[in-house]
Amino acid sequence: MLPDPNSLYGPLDPAPEAGWSAAPPRMGFFTDASVCIGCKACEVACKEWNGVPDSGFDLLGMSYDNTGALTANSWRHVAFVEQPRPAGHRTPPFAGTPTGGSVSAASAAVAAGTAGPTGTAPGLLPGAPEPAARMGAARTGEDTGPGTDDRAPEFLGMPGAAPPGRGTGAEGRADFRWLMMSDVCKHCTHAACLDVCPTGSLFRTEFGTVVVQEDICNGCGYCVSACPYGVIDQRKGDGRAWKCTLCYDRLGAGMTPACAQACPTESIQYGVVDELRERAAARVATLHERGVPEARLYGHDPNDGVGGDGAFFLLLDEPEVYGLPPDPVVTTRDLPRMWRRAGLAALAMAAATVAAFAGGSS
Amino acid sequence: MAEAHPVGFQWVMEAKRRGAKVFHVDPRFTRTSAVADTYLPIRAGTDIALLGGVVNHILTHELDFREYVLAYTNAATIVSERFADTEDGDGFFSGFDPETNSYVQDSWQYEGHEDDSGSGHTADERDSAAGMRHESHGAQVAGQVRRDETLRHPRCVYQILKRHFARYTPEMVERVCGIDREKFLELARAWTENSGRERTGCLIYSVGWTQHSVGVQYIRTGAIIQLLLGNVGRPGGGVLALRGHASIQGSTDIPTLFNLLPGYLPMPHHADHPTFDEWVDSIRHPGQKGFWGNARAYAASLLKAYWGDAATPENDFCYGYLPRMTGDHGTYQQVLNMIDGKVKGYFLLGQNPAVGSAHGRAQRLGMANLDWLVVRDLFMIESATFWRNGPEVATGEIVPTECRTEVFFLPAASHVEKEGTFTQTQRLLQWREKAVDPPGDARSELWFFYHLGRRLREKLADSAHPRDRALRDLAWDYPTHGPHAEPRAEAVLREINGYEVATGRPLSTFAEARDDGSTAVGCWIYAGVYADGVNQAARRKSRHEQDWVAAEWGWAWPANRRTLYNRASADPEGRPWSERKRYVWWDPEKAEWTGYDVPDFEKTKPPTYRPPEGAAGPEGIAGDDPFVMQGDGKGWLYAPSGVLDGPLPTHYEPAESPVRNPLYRQQANPTRKVYAHPVNSVNPSPPQEHSQVFPYVFTVSRLTEHHTAGGMSRTVRPLAELQPEMFVEVSPELAAEVGLAQLGWAHLVSGRAVIEARVLVTDRLTPLRVDGRVIHQVWLPYHFGFQGLVTGDSANDLFGITLDPNVLIQESKIGTCDVRPGRRPTGPALLDLVADYQRRAGIVAGRPGPAVTPGAPPPTRAADPTGSDPTRADGTGTDHGDREGRDAS
Amino acid sequence: MGLRTFIEGWPVYRQLTGSDPLGRGAAAQSARSAELTARTETADGVARSVCPYCAVGCGQRVFHADNTVTQIEGDPDSPISRGRLCPKGSASKSLVTSPLRQTTVRYRRPYATEWEDLDLDVAVDMIADRIIAARAQTWEDSDSEGRPLNRTLGISSLGGATLDNEENYLIKKLFTAMGALQIENQARI
Repeated sequence: MLPDPNSLYGPLDPAPEAGWSAAPPRMGFFTDASVCIGCKACEVACKEWNGVPDSGFDLLGMSYDNTGALTANSWRHVAFVEQPRPAGHRTPPFAGTPTGGSVSAASAAVAAGTAGPTGTAPGLLPGAPEPAARMGAARTGEDTGPGTDDRAPEFLGMPGAAPPGRGTGAEGRADFRWLMMSDVCKHCTHAACLDVCPTGSLFRTEFGTVVVQEDICNGCGYCVSACPYGVIDQRKGDGRAWKCTLCYDRLGAGMTPACAQACPTESIQYGVVDELRERAAARVATLHERGVPEARLYGHDPNDGVGGDGAFFLLLDEPEVYGLPPDPVVTTRDLPRMWRRAGLAALAMAAATVAAFAGGSS
Repeated sequence: MAEAHPVGFQWVMEAKRRGAKVFHVDPRFTRTSAVADTYLPIRAGTDIALLGGVVNHILTHELDFREYVLAYTNAATIVSERFADTEDGDGFFSGFDPETNSYVQDSWQYEGHEDDSGSGHTADERDSAAGMRHESHGAQVAGQVRRDETLRHPRCVYQILKRHFARYTPEMVERVCGIDREKFLELARAWTENSGRERTGCLIYSVGWTQHSVGVQYIRTGAIIQLLLGNVGRPGGGVLALRGHASIQGSTDIPTLFNLLPGYLPMPHHADHPTFDEWVDSIRHPGQKGFWGNARAYAASLLKAYWGDAATPENDFCYGYLPRMTGDHGTYQQVLNMIDGKVKGYFLLGQNPAVGSAHGRAQRLGMANLDWLVVRDLFMIESATFWRNGPEVATGEIVPTECRTEVFFLPAASHVEKEGTFTQTQRLLQWREKAVDPPGDARSELWFFYHLGRRLREKLADSAHPRDRALRDLAWDYPTHGPHAEPRAEAVLREINGYEVATGRPLSTFAEARDDGSTAVGCWIYAGVYADGVNQAARRKSRHEQDWVAAEWGWAWPANRRTLYNRASADPEGRPWSERKRYVWWDPEKAEWTGYDVPDFEKTKPPTYRPPEGAAGPEGIAGDDPFVMQGDGKGWLYAPSGVLDGPLPTHYEPAESPVRNPLYRQQANPTRKVYAHPVNSVNPSPPQEHSQVFPYVFTVSRLTEHHTAGGMSRTVRPLAELQPEMFVEVSPELAAEVGLAQLGWAHLVSGRAVIEARVLVTDRLTPLRVDGRVIHQVWLPYHFGFQGLVTGDSANDLFGITLDPNVLIQESKIGTCDVRPGRRPTGPALLDLVADYQRRAGIVAGRPGPAVTPGAPPPTRAADPTGSDPTRADGTGTDHGDREGRDAS
Repeated sequence: MGLRTFIEGWPVYRQLTGSDPLGRGAAAQSARSAELTARTETADGVARSVCPYCAVGCGQRVFHADNTVTQIEGDPDSPISRGRLCPKGSASKSLVTSPLRQTTVRYRRPYATEWEDLDLDVAVDMIADRIIAARAQTWEDSDSEGRPLNRTLGISSLGGATLDNEENYLIKKLFTAMGALQIENQARI
């Protein structure tokens, strides 16, 4: 009874596929960075509800971001990106002031080199200075979309290694914008973390979300390298993987996840994924009408490399600028080919285990 | 607003979604600027020039809401011919007295009332922060005035305003504030285009505006704009102060302030208010219009609540028991007195002056020179531990084994461990239910003060000293409950609300208060919060179950009214100005005022009502006078009294500024309060010499992630990790000039202190071009101190003590400093560095610069022909030695 | 638990026999996950409260069990905040349950270099004695012209902006009756 190969990368409704009969509609987050005010209520509300420990007391120099990345000890992470670029301000913020060039490249390079102990592994790693500076660079000419600009930002791999960059603007900076975005586990339709988890700790809930079960996780760490977004991380001492559960316990009680409940400006919206996708499309259209052509969605498309995200975003720049990979692909796309042999081995092992239990208890 | 009040900011984002344009004016680009439509960087301390520019724009282009302005403001009122403006006096209004650096206000009065109204000489009013009394009502003014409805009379308020602000042009705004003139015009146009009959605009400020040596006038300028544009008393309009502490409004209404009693009744002054009658008459101004006419009932009922059975009409309700002011007894004067050894004991109740007040070193030295100190807090704060690990211990100025202060730290109950009401920033009282018991020895303030009072009364029960009678006669019986004998907060709230003495029936409104001892009212403006014996502040009817005014959520003073002066939301005939902005209106069929809110007007007084000749009190208010607490029923574009530093706002430079005042020869507010104490100093500003020793401007404010002096955030793990270290934000240009590196260290030096911080070099800070010069500003959070999970030097240590003359609030939003790379020295070397700067800047301890700028026109008293004033003659001779606190000029 | 139940509860068994052949969903749900409930559901009670930080006055719901606060979150009914909280308001549970909170009286003798313990009742009594002494030392009956002053300038107080109205009322009433004039709070700062 092997699954349809498509269920590992094509469009599907993940909860019914995962054996939940009469599953409720798939639930998720739409995080609208265009109204984020960077208050970090989401980070705190998450920690308060889920009992997440602190992730270190280090000044990172990455604008107002002293969290650095999604880790086992930070399940929401607000990125701050300072850029010498227009932001829909009707007049450039520093028009007429005696400014020199932007500092962004230099300070971003310094910030990229900072790392702090987060109490987790791999935690927050230092990044490479040059691409970090490029990520926030002021680009000349029209924004023609990802990949068409030879000075386009470069993704650094792990988001933790990709501090939001700053620009290398021209002399006499006048334009400026400060982007903020609350990042979170994407709850992928095709979740490689879940596919590679050997213990069944990572599982698909009836809400279509992806949750690490703390009573099952044995700390093997396979999920860490499987995640195309670099979300999953292990807590030191404990060894287990921890990440956003989309407040599985609250969902069960019909409540809103803690971060979305707290968010003062409705930047984090929780709801039925299909409805959120409609709302997001409408929001992008509105922003385009209002002269914000750079508004775009990220992770909303069921045909992307992870089958679309349960938690998707409205961004005001290319994803790399926020520390997001431009084109994530489920790392287990080739799994069906491998399944035949691995699956047989697993079945054989399972049968032996059942036999051992049966023998032992008699 | 997004930085310091993110949840309030949801409504701005909501408005933005519906197409509103958001303007943000701030010295640095903040999280608010990030989502604003237009951001205007401004030189700190120049807001009056900016707002004055908007006033000028309105008047030059006649963009005011003329019907509103004519009917509801004092625009048409004729002012005395003796009045002379700052435009004619190069920064001085008429009536300046250089001996006391304060004004005699006779010449500011309305024509024909020069001698029979107003505050007279204001030096004493400054010391008693008399401006604060006006939080709930206007100052004294004559009701019967001459008007020119055509607004053409050269001495009508409208024309005076026009002349006063004529030089506040877009070019001048650019020159003073460093704001690009086109950008200024963008702001001025948007503001005016979105005001009028169909639209209203809201002015929101955070109370950093108050922390200037001319802070009250900042807010006055905002109010002038809002009145000119018809944005007061109407939905979506107003001047909204975003205050920063859960019940700071409540602690002003029921004041723990030296100069006030509950409900803005003044604390008596020894010379002005020797008797009950004189005290009451000074509040109600016999013959004046408006609701303060009933002040005798409020005053008698308060004393009845304080002294119960002992308070009778025959003994003036124990008025004699009240302590008397003789001058300035404000917190900064107190701290200087502590340093001088005049104060024995000090209570700190959820307050951390070692970090949160200006001139931290003075605060800590003062606390180190007490007999005893009581600190009540949730956490071990800097103000409790200064004697063992404060900065002065490191410099050797405080030696623990030589510091005699006896310190009691008493743990306090948190907000979930007790019940009671907070009054939030819009005057709304909300009752909190208790969730859990406080841990260990932690107790509420209610418990502490009730039992402290009980114990004092027991100890003094047999005392024969007259001074103890006020304590022995005090009405101090409150029911208690639980194992710790916690007083019932609702019983106290009921006393605050007021009740009929004979029956105990709670009053429904302050109109039921009596002056014969038959009612006791703890705070008259709160009367109604316990109406019908029901705790109205505990109401929690869901917003989903009521209209947008949400009148059944909590209770707002006065009378559960959500928008003050809302009679102004209707036109003079009582009809809504527009359907879109309908709020409160006259219903001719029912012959009463009605609407979404509780009308701020006598319910059945028709718009056509005209007071009979000589009518006083509420009867004197006409049917089309919306400003019912004002002596003339009008909104004041021009304030003939009540504001001590001028009837109109004027741009003065901050006490410390690198810039010469581009508008007047007078550099700074001549009436500002300065203390000539050896611990205090003011950095030199032009035209004084050596101002270049402190070439940079620093400003401080809050981060979203922290709260005030850090006692409730640097101690809390999920907050402390988000902003874990003290830092300074500098522009790339300043970083290059000084040699600062991202994440490196810098130290900042003022004439008071040197502090260090990590460096954030950011494009969010910009130099400004001001009057042909480039001015650099740096920004610091003021949350850090030496206790808690995350620590750092305190920004407030950099400030000296200079106060606004109206309310005695310190100028702590701007100062000058030097910025140097690297870490600061430690130990005695730190003191040497400060001393070296003082020497180079020519600072002599205890001798602040002159209040009147050398070379400014010698102020004359020509406008005050008598040259004398009874208040002054009465007040100065008997003052108790705090005169030396004045400017040393 | 019998063996049969045990094995039926075992994920691999459920995976092989149920509708979740890949073992990624229903079959993988652990016992803990299956029984998970929001702790707000099992609270002893919920107090309707108000955020203690700034003056916006956001509504809070304080959930508690066994005399301990288990969760504080925004009150969706509030017309002010609509259930939302900023990071500080969201951190309120950590504030009130912080292990750093002082829960016992601490006392520093004059010239001492360390804190010591003190009984609360004794502390209140000592403070009362010191108030009486300070009044006696610094009392002013009248000014030089015989007008009443009725006061002491030997006692100061600062604070009250995060306290309740009822508390401020008693503070002002008691201090006024003891002739202590120098009472101030954050509103002056």
